[in-house]
Amino acid sequence: MNQTAQTRKNLFWLALVGLLALLPAVPAVTANSFLMHVLILILLYAGMAQAWNIIGGYGGQTSFGHAVFFGIGAYGAGMAVVTYGLSPWPGVIIGMLAAAVVAVLISYPCFKLSGHYFAIATFAIVEIFNRVFLVWYWVGGALGLDYPIVEEGLKNLMWYDTKTGYYYCALFLFALIFGIVRLIESHRFGYYLRAVRAGQETAESLGVNSTAVKLGAMALSAALAALCGAFFVQYNLRVDPGMVMSLDMSMKFVLVTILGGAGTLAGPLLGAAVLVPLQEYTRALWGGLGGGVDLIIFGFLIIVIVVKQPAGITGIAREMARRFGRKPSAEKGGASLGAA
Amino acid sequence: MALLEIQGVTKKFGELVACDRVSFEVEKGQIVGLIGPNGAGKTTLFNCVSGLYPVTAGRICFDGTEITGLPSHRIARMGAVRTFQVVRPLKDMTVFDNVLVGAFIHGAGGAGARDTADACIRMCGLADFADKSSGDLPIGVKKRLELARALATKPKLLMLDEVMAGLTVTEVKTALELIRRIRQNGVTLLIVEHIMEAIMPIADKVVVLDGGIKIAEGPPVQISNDERVISAYLGAKFSRRMQARKGEGANG
Repeated sequence: MNQTAQTRKNLFWLALVGLLALLPAVPAVTANSFLMHVLILILLYAGMAQAWNIIGGYGGQTSFGHAVFFGIGAYGAGMAVVTYGLSPWPGVIIGMLAAAVVAVLISYPCFKLSGHYFAIATFAIVEIFNRVFLVWYWVGGALGLDYPIVEEGLKNLMWYDTKTGYYYCALFLFALIFGIVRLIESHRFGYYLRAVRAGQETAESLGVNSTAVKLGAMALSAALAALCGAFFVQYNLRVDPGMVMSLDMSMKFVLVTILGGAGTLAGPLLGAAVLVPLQEYTRALWGGLGGGVDLIIFGFLIIVIVVKQPAGITGIAREMARRFGRKPSAEKGGASLGAA
Repeated sequence: MALLEIQGVTKKFGELVACDRVSFEVEKGQIVGLIGPNGAGKTTLFNCVSGLYPVTAGRICFDGTEITGLPSHRIARMGAVRTFQVVRPLKDMTVFDNVLVGAFIHGAGGAGARDTADACIRMCGLADFADKSSGDLPIGVKKRLELARALATKPKLLMLDEVMAGLTVTEVKTALELIRRIRQNGVTLLIVEHIMEAIMPIADKVVVLDGGIKIAEGPPVQISNDERVISAYLGAKFSRRMQARKGEGANG
């Protein structure tokens, strides 16, 4: 992609973040706190999916283990507040570092497996962590951790009356993770990552240390997933193993990205923008049915996507741009939507 | 001291001996051709030198350092870079980005790597394809992409695995021109090739493998007269043709 297209892409994303920052000024949004809740979750899920996208999309290593890193981040913040009576911030940092270390330790043997076997191995790891945390007294066991009432504000990363504080935190999280990935995309590391996805032996023959690239991507991806986990626990004010370290949560990382378009910058946002409202509104409307309606619809969507357009929503957007004329500029229209 | 020293390299796949105690050297600045019938072990030897396969026995030294058993990426970073016989474009990436991956070997410095990639793309005549996705290109272009990508790493030794196979006569001529220019830039070349008319005129030395064993080594003229090589690979017809051409001074 040439320089002007790069700049245009950057401007598009800056404008989007700017626009989102102004959203709480709209009274309808602030007053309807459920809408605010949905927006916060969209930003959070987009951030989570984008963190996964680093290794799963750009790196092509389908990890079902991200709930573990998410959980470690959540427990980091949760334990800092509940167990040690501190501000969550030191817990956030330690959680991110711990997640990166765990990710490297887990991935090193798993990267020796390729394709489906890697995915299956990461599946097992979620279950292992879930069981360990269920019986581990120090982290609260099956009961989990319930937050005490402390002073609200940025220091404790907690708000009671309004969700605006959470909204801006989620927006910051979103902008941070998308910014990092945007940077990687145009940097050598991003090229190496995509080269490893496209052909590991070929990449190696060009001097790419594929193991180091994959481990680095995994560590970064895990640390950012942990950061999202920390926000998640601060938002819910409680954590237990089932909430964070479950296959259900792992699937969300994977499916949101694949629905939107793996390996593209816009994919995770588009996927979250479809899944989260679906999840939250069906839960609100048909929660009495016992839940799961959102998952049925979502499962159906995934089947359609995988069969019809494996490139996800970004793929559909590109296809439409191509079909409706405007040849060269149509390509760029698709690109500014995030097709890298 | 030779740039590449292959000493008694043996590679077994189970009971099959693909390369059997192969030894030869590639001097700096030379073009060395590696020929032999299908299944002679040429590509296997390439895979051993480039670190893709571990060798069963033997030593490989590059630029004064032993590289036996080193991972591929280390060997590439030392300056021994290869292309693949079955082309392997990095799909979903444009031609330019493919070459850029090679150019990044010398640091992340954005503009420098981009300039190198640009130069290699133009040198290999890929300028018209730079923005195309590398997955859907005609075979001739894919072969040139293999070459451009390897060149972008600025190698000391470039190992080409049948870059001219499947090309039209005109394309072969362009490729030969390109190889000569690469040599002029100070790059040593080890070339696996089936097209004798292509390799014989440009090679300083030819090594012949048959059934994993080196059966001959020497200047092209000597090789095309070698009885064993003629019966194993070249055939009498080609040998006579080479004889006839020798008068015209094909080595220019």
